Amino acid sequence: MTRPTIAVHKFSSCDGCQLAFLNAGEDLLELAGLVDIRHFLEAGVADEDAGVDIAFVEGSISTAEEVERIRRVRANSGMVVTLGACATAGGLQALRNLDGRNDAWKQAVYAQPEFIGTLEHAEPVAAHIDVDFALWGCPVNGRQVLAAVRQLLFGVTPLDPRDKLCHECKRQHAVCVMVADGRPCMGPVTRTGCGALCPRFGRDCYACFGPAENANTAAMGARLDGLGLPPADIARRFLFINSHAPGFLEAGRKHYRSDFGDD
Amino acid sequence: MNSSSFLPRDALQSLIDVLQDRGYRTIGPRAQDGAIQYLDIDDVAQLPAGTGDHQSPGRYRLHDGTSPRLFAWANGPQALKPWLFHARETLWCSTRGADGRLSFAAAPVDERPLAVIGARACDLAACHLQDRHFVDGMTDPAYAARRRGLFTVAVHCTQPAETCFCASTGDGPRAGEGFDLALSELDDGFVVVAGSAVGQTVADALPTRTASREQLAQADAEIAGAAARQTRHLPSRDLRAALFARLEHARWDDVAGRCLACGNCTSVCPTCFCHAEQDVPSLDGTSSEHVREWDSCFSEGHGYLHGFQIRPEIRHRFRQWMTHKLGSWHEQYGRSGCVGCGRCITWCPVGIDITVEAQAICGDADGGNA
Repeated sequence: MTRPTIAVHKFSSCDGCQLAFLNAGEDLLELAGLVDIRHFLEAGVADEDAGVDIAFVEGSISTAEEVERIRRVRANSGMVVTLGACATAGGLQALRNLDGRNDAWKQAVYAQPEFIGTLEHAEPVAAHIDVDFALWGCPVNGRQVLAAVRQLLFGVTPLDPRDKLCHECKRQHAVCVMVADGRPCMGPVTRTGCGALCPRFGRDCYACFGPAENANTAAMGARLDGLGLPPADIARRFLFINSHAPGFLEAGRKHYRSDFGDD
Repeated sequence: MNSSSFLPRDALQSLIDVLQDRGYRTIGPRAQDGAIQYLDIDDVAQLPAGTGDHQSPGRYRLHDGTSPRLFAWANGPQALKPWLFHARETLWCSTRGADGRLSFAAAPVDERPLAVIGARACDLAACHLQDRHFVDGMTDPAYAARRRGLFTVAVHCTQPAETCFCASTGDGPRAGEGFDLALSELDDGFVVVAGSAVGQTVADALPTRTASREQLAQADAEIAGAAARQTRHLPSRDLRAALFARLEHARWDDVAGRCLACGNCTSVCPTCFCHAEQDVPSLDGTSSEHVREWDSCFSEGHGYLHGFQIRPEIRHRFRQWMTHKLGSWHEQYGRSGCVGCGRCITWCPVGIDITVEAQAICGDADGGNA
């Protein structure tokens, strides 16, 4: 029996989400026996145009070359699954979309901006092609990715955990850092998946898994304001990692001011 | 059950020692990560001496003091529930053998019996409500096994938080029943009362002396003071009719605008029992664990029925929570599901207050405390 084929593609990203596969330890060996990995540069397998059953895509689309390449990935793949915040919601690099000043940022940041070939906007993969399933997180984690792989191999759509992080935080018996320490924790609007990693270590969630279902961003923004956060900080809480996720973009924009300071 | 005795403060360690000698895993309050939490204890030095708390809607802070008292605080985020109804638990496993046949095995339950020191009246009342769900009728084997082994040392509450209202629900601050031992903490020690036969045998093994009339009077006065200091209350102990007559009250929309639907209220509620189950397969697909975990009526899965969502909006979810807790619980278990512990008020990140919402929705209803 032929094994299902998979590919892992990289676009504009830090490569960190692909490590969910490479850091899987024994599970990686198990996975290698279950599927035929046809393209995965970080693992040393290169065949960019291989036809596969499942393509995992890391990174946002931010250059003309990437626009063309993501279309080829779509054409060559049975299913396309986004891997992490950049592919799913634009990631950090999409922050430059917010004030529409791509050229101004380029001039300000780079010594020789003429060598930078970025598009006006860095966008989620779904802005360019149909996506079958999204894995949120910055980064995704091995448990989450392998659970999705297992369910795809069973031939079913993976479970899409969209509950608020607070549910999981309480299951872990972490003390609420917002109630007990006044921290601007984003758990009440952020989707679960990380295992409540930050609150378990006394840190406030910074929403790296993107918006939960039914996220009441207006009430959340009001609470952050009540905790004393200035508008720019409230904007950052929503826009930091998943700025182009529906809900977070609108909530963040209510408080956002361009750092150029003239609009 | 038996006459009161007095355990001097410097002899409290004997209680932990006696319980451990009898095979119990001893659990008690500790100040950790900024909150009173029920965790393993071996030594009275681990108890939160002098620690007090400030609680208000959406806010909880501990503070240090010079009091010798170990139980001079109101409840933290959790007490008995996580020890009996585990937040995540494997119920059974399935395995596919080489011949393709499936086999099923129940998850083992072989834990040491628990002794919880410091349980409050509200938590004992809540425990009885959880028993109605998990033991009476369809019995949950794991919960029932842990419950059978449980030894409770109640400590009558003398320090209610601003968010407490157990006096209005009739569940505190005095622990009325359901304990093996009950303590009243005074400055120099503890008045001890046994509430069960096994509790009496533990009490008999402690280096107690006869409690004086003054000590008993002081203990009673402190509990009465704790009841008198509570400022919150529900409009009635039975709001079933009032709530279900007001399902379209404008207040549901108002509270939905503030509610984050984060489920913190249901997670800290000592009576909430809702749970979800899912199968977690191994990567190779040959075995699977059937896992149960805490769920909440504020989650989308809770309102999902065979292809459609019956509670798509936050207003539906908040209304489900409150009408069940204060209303339809009466039909299910013969009383309200609220024991007045106030946790849902303190631990709500935006400070929504169930007593205020109930008053706003039912305040014009007939009937005082039923």
